[in-house]
Amino acid sequence: MTDTLLSPMSLLAELTHRCPLQCPYCSNPLALEPRRNELTTAEWISVLDQAAEMGVLQVHFSGGEPMSRPDLPELVRHAVGLGLYTNLITSGVLLNEKTFPVLVEAGLDHVQLSFQDIDTANAEHVGGMKGAQTRKLEAARLIAADGMPLTLNFVIYRENAARVPQMLDAAVEMGARRVEIAHTQYYGWGLANRDALMPTPAQLELTTQAVEAARVKYAGRLTIDYVTPDYYADRPKPCMGGWGRRFINISPSGRVLPCHAAETIPNVTFPDVRHDTLAWIWRESPLFTMFRGTDWMPQPCRSCDQREKDWGGCRCQALALAGDAAATDPVCSRAPDHDRIVKVLETLPAEPPPFRYRRYTRATDEVG
Amino acid sequence: MTASLAEDSIIRFARGVRLQHDRVRERWIIQAPERAFIPDPVAAEVLKLVDGTRTLGQIVAELASRFAAPVDVIGRDVHVMITDLINRQVLVA
Repeated sequence: MTDTLLSPMSLLAELTHRCPLQCPYCSNPLALEPRRNELTTAEWISVLDQAAEMGVLQVHFSGGEPMSRPDLPELVRHAVGLGLYTNLITSGVLLNEKTFPVLVEAGLDHVQLSFQDIDTANAEHVGGMKGAQTRKLEAARLIAADGMPLTLNFVIYRENAARVPQMLDAAVEMGARRVEIAHTQYYGWGLANRDALMPTPAQLELTTQAVEAARVKYAGRLTIDYVTPDYYADRPKPCMGGWGRRFINISPSGRVLPCHAAETIPNVTFPDVRHDTLAWIWRESPLFTMFRGTDWMPQPCRSCDQREKDWGGCRCQALALAGDAAATDPVCSRAPDHDRIVKVLETLPAEPPPFRYRRYTRATDEVG
Repeated sequence: MTASLAEDSIIRFARGVRLQHDRVRERWIIQAPERAFIPDPVAAEVLKLVDGTRTLGQIVAELASRFAAPVDVIGRDVHVMITDLINRQVLVA
């Protein structure tokens, strides 16, 4: 058996890639999974049973838009029955006075509601859906009126960075207990749109100041999670708390991944819950063991005093920027490939290019 | 905001927060929105008494009796701890 300290804490259940929005920074992979490949209700129930048995404490129902799945209330109810903490990560555009009470009744613990911006016109330009903002505001109102704890998630990028102060004020007005001010992560669609999304150093500084001011102003009322773009950091983040240490991601078709971007890793078989048990996949599958711990590390990571703090940073970023998933994360100023990060930041275009929207590539894999 | 915390304030968990025993790791945890905290053993004893009916005074009295300790000392420590957990949106009074 694995050391119980290495039992997973958290499960991200990506129920579907279908979504009414098309955000150009979506964390889903570029190759979206069509509906016909999605796990069935019974398969998800088995996943939840196995996860609880292994020690998972919290399940995050995500997507795509998880409310596109009609069996969401059933899955929530099952997870609640297992003692799992249930979190719904939603765009809110399908959350209304018909659909929300069913989730409340199922025992849902918490909602994380995403906003593309606080400015309606830009929010709907980024999300690619007319009328989305009104629906989101109504979703926030319903959640707050019920009293269920609410976290708002604002993804920050070049076009909306100046409005962080208004986002924080709006979070309090909407009755949110937590807010995430999360700069875009540059994987998948975010990487494809990096030139359009990456803020300038001055914009980053202003968002940091806005967060610090709001932490004082709203102390005890609003918890603020602030995520900076790691391109501007000197040290890499401890991505997912370390590869295969705390976190399991399950894709709509049942692939089991150490993070939501891991399907980019080449030359490895992706385990899936249709063929293997979650426990075996977690403990022994080649994907989960390949970057677990510190044995896989190259220099300078291997002899670095931060190696059990940042766990080598992000493997998907190493792959995307250095061409090798086992390289030192180029974000680190000690990395041989750190100059690639410097070059990206130095060559940002003065005028952002148009977005490449998140869409299914074939018309037959329709959204909705 | 920190409301005035009185002896007769009823202490409750905030909605969406609970104390739960983790069978796999054999320890108590606080489940909260998108995070789980590990309470230290003293905090876990205090939180086990938070049931939505007990007042601050009753929690202190119960602990003083269980651990055969002076009420004023326990009372001071529990007041500080509960105030902190209210500020962190774990408890409400």
